[in-house]
Amino acid sequence: MLSGVPYETRMHTTATPQDSTSVIRTNNLSLTFETNDGPVHALANIDLEVGAGDFVSFIGPSGCGKTTLLRVIADLEQPTDGSITVNGVTPEEARLTRAYGYVFQAAALYPWRTIARNVALPLEIMGLSRRERNERVRRNLELVNLAGFEKKYPWALSGGMQQRASIARALAVEPDLLLMDEPFGALDEIVRDHLNEQLLKLWEKTKKTVVFVTHSIPEAVFLSTHIVVMSPRPGRIFDVIESDLPRDRTLDIRETPEFLAIAHRVREGLREGHSYEDTV
Amino acid sequence: MSRLQTILIVFAALCAGSTMFLGLTAEGYGISTVPLLQAFTGAVLLLAAICYGWSYLFMFNRLVAGALVGGVSLFGAYGLIQTVGEVAPGPGFWAATLAAWALGWLCVEILASIETRNNVLNFLLRLLIPVAFGAWLLIIWELCTRGFNVPQVLLPSPSAIGDRFTQSTATLWVDFKQTFLKAVLIGYALGCGSGFLVALLIDRSPFLKRGLLPIGNLVSALPIVGVAPIMVMWFGFDWPSKAAVVVIMTFFPMLVNTVSGLAASTAIQGDLMKTYAAGYWQMLFKMRLPEALPFIFNALKINSTLALIGAIVAEFFGTPIIGMGFRISTEVGRMNVDMVWAEIAVAAIAGSLFYGLITLLERLCTFWHPSYRN
Repeated sequence: MLSGVPYETRMHTTATPQDSTSVIRTNNLSLTFETNDGPVHALANIDLEVGAGDFVSFIGPSGCGKTTLLRVIADLEQPTDGSITVNGVTPEEARLTRAYGYVFQAAALYPWRTIARNVALPLEIMGLSRRERNERVRRNLELVNLAGFEKKYPWALSGGMQQRASIARALAVEPDLLLMDEPFGALDEIVRDHLNEQLLKLWEKTKKTVVFVTHSIPEAVFLSTHIVVMSPRPGRIFDVIESDLPRDRTLDIRETPEFLAIAHRVREGLREGHSYEDTV
Repeated sequence: MSRLQTILIVFAALCAGSTMFLGLTAEGYGISTVPLLQAFTGAVLLLAAICYGWSYLFMFNRLVAGALVGGVSLFGAYGLIQTVGEVAPGPGFWAATLAAWALGWLCVEILASIETRNNVLNFLLRLLIPVAFGAWLLIIWELCTRGFNVPQVLLPSPSAIGDRFTQSTATLWVDFKQTFLKAVLIGYALGCGSGFLVALLIDRSPFLKRGLLPIGNLVSALPIVGVAPIMVMWFGFDWPSKAAVVVIMTFFPMLVNTVSGLAASTAIQGDLMKTYAAGYWQMLFKMRLPEALPFIFNALKINSTLALIGAIVAEFFGTPIIGMGFRISTEVGRMNVDMVWAEIAVAAIAGSLFYGLITLLERLCTFWHPSYRN
């Protein structure tokens, strides 16, 4: 038996610490898509609070709405009910002030731009001076260990390097909030481990708030301070697990009983949320 | 030597050997009457003997072997062309032609099998194959038209066309200026430019998309022989009416290609721009237009040939007394078919260069596209 946390102590509703520095706050948020086959409840009654400096992971099977929730935060989808604030304002206002950096599942680098010019793209749109752009590009490529690849084209780089470049591009905006949608989902496990470690270091160094979507339990447990377990039909939050692992972690922590206990809790939550049923 | 190469050299040797027994001319004179062709036949047989006994020449230095075979082939072609004007060709003459042609093919086969890392040599070798192919097409054309006494009005020989070309460069230049430099280029720029701008408008407004796209479609379906006289009535006899025809022909391909090019960006790229709070024009210039470039270049290439055809045909319906289409229509009436062919040669050269230039530009601008990456 790996269970280290008794069932009764789990939070079935959302953690709602009365923290004034919350970055994201949703209240009874719902999103229903109208399709030809009738309404699809992508999100139902989401109450969530993300504090400054947190690393929050959304985990769940496909169709549980984790990506949709992230897109609502980013103002790429509009909720049909409930309310949401990002940095105390609406998602649209937050987007227009470039409050967040978004990393997609695919690197989505432009093939006609070099790596440096890809990272500079959001900065050009923001209207920064050439000097400021060059400085930020240099600094952020260094941060993701891509110094020396400035003049390469994306298609000459491996998938892992491309994804790192796209992270540098999101960081170059210098947002306090980083939204990441399964950024390492398409990479093999060795590269993914390596990038997870780098991401954690980056988070420690920059003190950013990160919201991270994944369907990998070890990834979620390894990275997060809070793990949001979601379940499908309708997409809802089933459990929020606060991790008591220390902030500076190495990959070795995944062998410790504490780590395995949290992973077990996540898996139990997914099972109880009917995530493992053969209905998907 | 590969099997094909062996077959070619044996075939060439058999043809060359048979010229000694077949009559070279229609009257039955033998090959001994023409020392040039006698030398050629000897060279072919010698070459075949070298290949038979000494085949490592082909294994170790293909460049030398290719040059040797090509040289003998061209020497034969020279001898044949020199002879064809003086005598009526007989079976031996055509056998020698086949031998020279087989050697030409063998030369290309040998050179094409060379694998080298030298970029300059590679480029030259790649260029050589179409050049050799074209050259042999002209040689056979020359030999057949003169050997079979094909009437000038049906098909003049390349040498006659070349003579006419060099004698009439002044006229050809005036025609070229009128048709290509004025009607084609101006019409092309206006047609492609307006197609592009209308595509941008259509992209912004669903109303225009439903209204303008079918009209563009309709315009492209108009027959050029119906439109050209009307344009002459609207814009006069000079080049503007021809440019107008070119505009009508080039507008639609550019319109549809740009519209689909602007729709080519993926959803994820659009979302990315949205997260940067990018405006319409930033999105257009930094994402959608670069993404649309391969489509736009497609239209530019299609239109480069359409424009030339349109301008030349439009000149059949009223024009001042210059222009490539005008010259073709009048010289056909006067049975000066060699001048018609000279104009065709100008059109072919100008059209190919125009197309090549756009392709080169495309390579420079869309080097990142999967079809061009190296």
